[in-house]
Amino acid sequence: MKILVCISKTPDTTAKIAFADNNTKFATDGVQWIINPYDEWYALVRAIELKEADASTVLHLLNVGGTDSEPIIRKALALGGDEAIRVNTDNADPFYIASQIAAVAKDGGYDLIFTGKETIDYNGSSIGGMVAELLDLPYISHATGFNLEAGKAVVVREIEGGEETDKAALPLVVSCQKGMAEQRIPNMKGIMGARTKPLKVVEPVAAESYTSVASYDLPPAKAGVKLIPADNAAELVRLLHEEAKAI
Amino acid sequence: MSVLVFIDQSEGQIKKSSYEAASYAAQTAEKLGTVAEAIVLGTVADDLAALGNYGIKKVHTVADASLNNFDAQVYAKVISQAAEQTGADVVVFSNNTSGKAIAPRLSVRLKAGLVSGAVALPDTSNGFTVKKSVFSGKAFANITVSSAKKIIGLNPNSFNISTTGGTAEVAALSVSVDAAKVEVVSVNKVNGEVPLSEADIVVSGGRGLKGPENWNLVTDLAKLLGAATACSRPVADIHWRPHHEHVGQTGLAIAPNLYIAIGISGAIQHLAGVNRSKVIVVINKDPEAPFFKAADYGIVGDAFEVMPQIIDAVKKLKGVA
Ligand SMILES: Cc1cc2nc3c(=O)[nH]c(=O)nc-3n(C[C@H](O)[C@H](O)[C@H](O)COP(=O)(O)OP(=O)(O)OC[C@H]3O[C@@H](n4cnc5c(N)ncnc54)[C@H](O)[C@@H]3O)c2cc1C
Repeated sequence: MKILVCISKTPDTTAKIAFADNNTKFATDGVQWIINPYDEWYALVRAIELKEADASTVLHLLNVGGTDSEPIIRKALALGGDEAIRVNTDNADPFYIASQIAAVAKDGGYDLIFTGKETIDYNGSSIGGMVAELLDLPYISHATGFNLEAGKAVVVREIEGGEETDKAALPLVVSCQKGMAEQRIPNMKGIMGARTKPLKVVEPVAAESYTSVASYDLPPAKAGVKLIPADNAAELVRLLHEEAKAI
Repeated sequence: MSVLVFIDQSEGQIKKSSYEAASYAAQTAEKLGTVAEAIVLGTVADDLAALGNYGIKKVHTVADASLNNFDAQVYAKVISQAAEQTGADVVVFSNNTSGKAIAPRLSVRLKAGLVSGAVALPDTSNGFTVKKSVFSGKAFANITVSSAKKIIGLNPNSFNISTTGGTAEVAALSVSVDAAKVEVVSVNKVNGEVPLSEADIVVSGGRGLKGPENWNLVTDLAKLLGAATACSRPVADIHWRPHHEHVGQTGLAIAPNLYIAIGISGAIQHLAGVNRSKVIVVINKDPEAPFFKAADYGIVGDAFEVMPQIIDAVKKLKGVA
């Protein structure tokens, strides 16, 4: 079994969201970078569990990003994985990124490609599906559970108002979310080991970009809270009905 | 040139978010000086001509029962044939779990730039730019699409449906349908529960509720209001509530009309997923809880004392004994 996990670098969840250059760029000053939580907590940890269950499994990590991605790649390697590949580019267009992943995966012989369900910065949910189409592979998105049974993948995925259980042969692309696995903290042995694991850097292949960010906006600030005394909670219901017309 | 919208169905019924997408497609078409058409896959019980009321001129159906088994790969191939046959330049999806699975695949097939998470109509004054939610609702980005064809995934609850009257022409489309590689073994839906992503009203509980045994304070109110239920991350992590109820930056991002937060502190990661809600109500015993800064209405008080009063008042309002 050979697994590829795609990991992306995102701002920490507490990062201040502000924009520079006339609101055309995300202001990165003072921002801490993390592995996109969906990639780390669910895609990567589930892949590590599969490797733990079958030691012959080969686990590769893939990041499409600049040199500033290397700290998060090392952190991912500290959790697990045999080696990492970084495709050296700062282009953030989803189709361009997916094309890079597909180019690496095409001849890699991977049975499974895992991504997070989305990144917490652009919330695109598009890489997994694009990679699957580029490679002509089936794709199951929003997976909350993944198991192998008699060489086939049995995947539970979230749907509106419930869940669905799917079965598919490998190779397969899966996007992962909560439920797949539990977050892990790298231990000292992992951190030390990660330093010597191979991190291969490859140059991007030629690919189109279809989208670009013209500008950013922040949502308008709230007008301020209207407080209702705790002993008159019925007043809240009246306001929601008559003033906000929300119930 | 035309705009094509994918109408998503589940067990034969059109999803609410698809009506938003239909209305969005119709208004996009109007801006572009063209018409909006729809594509529906699988067997549907709902009256498809009624999509005319949302501005759709023609509904193309592929009533092949094998399409009742959802496989994004098969769907994308059928929709790309539909886009070619109808000459669509813009394809609209609801940005729900099916839309997010199909739209990226279609983007590759049509060589079309994809904007997922759109919250407003495209700005066509200078090119083609679509506003979308980014940083899990903390900001918006205006995305310019440079390809000739475009795909838009509209965030649920982000666009007001407008009805136009009229009926759509319904006609079968002749396309080839591949055999599915993903077999849906079972579908497990909680009957009668409102899907969280589509809900108008969401009642949500945090660690302040002390334990799962107290959740009737959340579920009773939700039932009275026809609301969906949600929770903070730690509540799902300690298994007081199921994972799919976890909202926030690392759970589901939602934008209901009304969000009622009970015993939730309002950490930045929680706010990220809920701050696009139109009206936010916070009930928390700590006046310093950060959630009050993001709220429209608030009660500083003990949920165990306040909630029964609220539930009683809503019962009176709804005329329930
Ligand atoms: C990387 C990362 C990602 C995260 N993603 C998410 C996410 O997606 N969603 C999310 O929710 N969190 C997320 N978190 C966690 C977040 O930081 C908070 O820890 C969490 O939201 C707190 O949950 P809570 O408000 O239920 O609990 P607490 O912070 O414990 O707050 C409980 C609140 O209840 C109030 N309270 C207590 N008793 C009562 C009472 N009797 N009546 C009324 N009020 C009462 C308290 O005053 C307090 O404000 C994330 C954290 C990290 C680091």
